[in-house]
Order: sequence, then C-alpha cells, then structure tokens
Amino acid sequence: MRYTILCYHNEDITSAWTEEEDAEVIDKLKAVNRKWAKSFGPIARLMPTSAATTLRKSENIVTDGPFAETKEQLLGFYVLDVESLDVAIRIAREMAEANPGGAYELRPIALYYPDGEAIEDAPAP
Amino acid sequence: MPQPPEPDWIERRLVGARPQAVAALLRYFRDLDLAEEAFQEACLRALRSWPENGPPRNAAGWLIMVGRNAAIDHKRRQARLTALPEEAAISDREDTEADLVERLDATEYRDDILRLLFVCCHPDLPATQQIALALRIVAGLPVPRIAAAFLVGDRAMEQRITRAKARIAKADIPFETPGPKERAERFAAVSAMIYLVFNEGYTDATPKSERTRLCDEAIRLARLMLRLFPAEPEMMGLLALMLLQQSRRNARFDEAGAPILLEDQDRTLWNRRQIAEAFAMIDKAMLHRRPGPYQIQAAIAALHARAERPEDTDWAGIDALYQALERHAPSPVVTLNRSVAIWKLHGAKAALEMIAPLAGPLDGYFYFHGVRGNLLEQLGRGSEARDAFVRAIALATTPAEAAHIRQHLDRLEG
Repeated sequence: MRYTILCYHNEDITSAWTEEEDAEVIDKLKAVNRKWAKSFGPIARLMPTSAATTLRKSENIVTDGPFAETKEQLLGFYVLDVESLDVAIRIAREMAEANPGGAYELRPIALYYPDGEAIEDAPAP
Repeated sequence: MPQPPEPDWIERRLVGARPQAVAALLRYFRDLDLAEEAFQEACLRALRSWPENGPPRNAAGWLIMVGRNAAIDHKRRQARLTALPEEAAISDREDTEADLVERLDATEYRDDILRLLFVCCHPDLPATQQIALALRIVAGLPVPRIAAAFLVGDRAMEQRITRAKARIAKADIPFETPGPKERAERFAAVSAMIYLVFNEGYTDATPKSERTRLCDEAIRLARLMLRLFPAEPEMMGLLALMLLQQSRRNARFDEAGAPILLEDQDRTLWNRRQIAEAFAMIDKAMLHRRPGPYQIQAAIAALHARAERPEDTDWAGIDALYQALERHAPSPVVTLNRSVAIWKLHGAKAALEMIAPLAGPLDGYFYFHGVRGNLLEQLGRGSEARDAFVRAIALATTPAEAAHIRQHLDRLEG
C-alpha cells in the first residue's frame, strides 16, 4: 500500500528557527530517512507558504499565498510504499521524535503516470 | 488525552505568538510597558497551564485574553491601594471580554501588528532606537542579546530602549485603523526598518558573531509580514533580497575573517535553498507588475546568484536593472554600483567617466574611493590610484575594510 506522510507544522515556529536549528532538525530526519530508504519514493520539502500562489478554481483567479488559511502549514510530504498503515504510522512516529510539534497526516494515495493512466494495480516494488 | 507539549515547543509557540499578542495588548492599554508586562505574565501562566491542560487551539488568543485580564486585575488591585483607576489607560473594549477570542480574527491581527511595527518606526526616534525597540517589542529579543548585537553594554541598551519608549509615550501616536495612504507610508517605514535590522547584522565582519542573528530575525519579520500581507510585491522583493544576501553568508569571509569579494567567493558555499526561495519570491513579485527598489535590488542579486562562475554574470542585465533602479530610487550610490557593470561591459575608462560627477556627493564615502582607486589602477594611473586608496583607508569603518584597501596599496608599491 502506498501512503503519503504529509508534514504539518506551525510556520510561526519553523520560520523562527535559525539556519543552525533548521539544519539540526533536517539532520535528525535524514537519519530516519536513511533507515527507511527502501520504503520511500521521492521526498519533497515545501518552501514557506509566503512563497505560495493559489489558483482559485471557481473564480479562475491567481492569488498570493496558500489556499488553506489554517495555522498549521503543509511543509512537505513523503511518498511511501509499505505493507500496511501500521508501518506508515511507525515511521511517522519516528519522524515525530526527530521533528516535534505539528502533525503528520497519513492518507492513502493513488498514483498515476504522467499520461493519466492509474498505476495502482502495479505490484509494489 | 492531550499529549503534554514539550517545554521547547511551548517556548517556540510563545515566540511565534508574541507579535500578535503584544500588538493586541498595546491596542487595549496604549502603553508599551504595560503591554509587555501583560504578555510576560501571560507567558508565565502558559508555562504553568499548558503542560497540564494541553495547548490552546489559538495560542495568541489565549495569551491576549489572559494577559489582558491579568493586567486589568493588577491595575484594580493597585487602584485599591492608591487612587482611583485610570480609566483612560484602559480601552473601552473591556466590556466585550466574553467574545474576545472570537473577535481575534486575521483582520484585526493585521492592523495590530502593523501598528506595533509602526510605533517602533516612529519618525521622532533615531534609526538605532527604532531597531532596538523593534527587536525588543516585536521580536522579543532579550536586552542583553540586543546589547551584544549593537556592541554596547546591557545598561546602555536598557537606557536606549527606555528613552525610546518615553519618546513614544510623549508623542501623539494615532491608534485608529490607518487609511490606504497611511498604510502605504507605514509599510515603507516598516520595510525600511526590517532592512535596517538585517544590515545591522550583515555588515558585521565576524561571521559567528551575535549580530548575525539579526539577519535571521529580519528574515523572520519579513516572512511574518508577508504572511499578513501576501500580495505586497515590495515585501516579496525585500525578503528575496535578504535571502540572497544571507545565502552567501558562509562564503563571504576567509578563515582570518577578512571579507571575500563576490567574484572571488566559492559559489558552492552559497545556500541553494535560500536562493531557490528567493527566486520563487521574485517570480511572484513580477506577476504584480509594480516594480520597486527592493524588487530591483533582489533581481540584481539574483543575476549574480544565477551565474555559476563570475565570468557567466549577465552584466548587461545588471546594467539594465541599475538603470531601472536609478529611475525608481536615484542616488549617487546606485550610480556608483552601476559603474561596476559599466566597467565589465565597456571598460575602466567608461566607468571612470561615469563616476566623475559623483566626486562631490560621495567624497566622504569609503566605497567611492575604493572603486575609483580600482579603476585608476586598472588604467595604469598608479599615483592617482594610490591617492584614492589612501583616502579610502581614512574613511574605512572596520579594520577589515582598511586591510582590504591596504592589499591594493601594497600591490601598487610592489
């Protein structure tokens, strides 16, 4: 089963990190990442929401800023391929120890090829 | 069962909520000292309450309500011991306490923080006091850290901040919601203050010094402003500019602490993540088609960042951007900076001719004589170059600047 782990945190806090503090958290996360490298697809770290632009679909207008005006902001996500939700939760717990605060949202995902074909039926690598 | 939050987590949340909370408390009490004390009290209570009860959903709202109640309570108790309460010191919003948290929406935050930053940028204050006050009140840096950043003693800094507060208290500061024109003026003042904070840290020659924290703090303030005002292209430009300058932090000095010129820096030491964020920010700003000085300066810094090697630098593009900057914010310093692009594009002679009219306005400016000396040296006019470098050394403000010019002089002698 493939999952994404969505990394939520409060930007008031993460943008108050100094470069050194940021590097420290990233180093701890890298240790977890290396351990589970076989279960991971690409990992993305999102830039701060101040760098975001949103297309409001119904009005078809582009605005500055993120779409969801929530306090906790999406900072990045993992794409996992693991046998169960349990494993995904276990991994997320280890990440939470490395990077406390905020929340991780685990949500099953369907993957598609760029041409739009679903690859959900493809056997897990 | 709510998980007890980590102490570290609480501290960070308090730091994050500070600008909003102090700004709102200032609106109620119209007194910087009282607003700060109320916030401190609310923080103490948070440290006691949050580990037991779990963190509130709206940390800033919680701190505002608790801080406000504590301060009013304190005033009442004091009043019993002394004279009648000073009703004028407390806003008439007191009776709406019950729905306070509900009213703490984003709209109110915006004007509160803008007002707070604007108070710190009061035109009656000298720039150093503005910065010190902003770092104390908005960013919440402790006085010893600000004192270390400005290379003065704790007591002197305490006095400086107290004087700034006293001047603000005496001045008639408008507390109503600003109109569009005022808002634009305030925005410019706040942007300038943030950049001043950044430059206080950036001009320091010692990379590990306490002052470089000011750069992190300025970037944090700009990001905060941009989250409150997501569609201000000049704030995007300012953030991009600071990120690009900061991205070179690890390449700007050699091991002895001497500055390394842009073209001699090891570009692999530039922070790619900050550069990428700056590029994204500039792209966003461009969509607004409202160019301004920060956006243009950021675009110039971006052209330097895009070049993998110094010889790949797009000097024609840089020249065009400096011309745009001369139109938007003309100054002799801008023209002096543009002369470097002219030098690369058309040679030292053209650049020297270009800066000749600046000799008057920039006579007391270190960089003018440094650039002029360089150009003269290049053209083989040794004795004139020597005079220019001697003049530059006399105007140097740091030992590193003087040492750099000294190298030129030594080369001329040799």
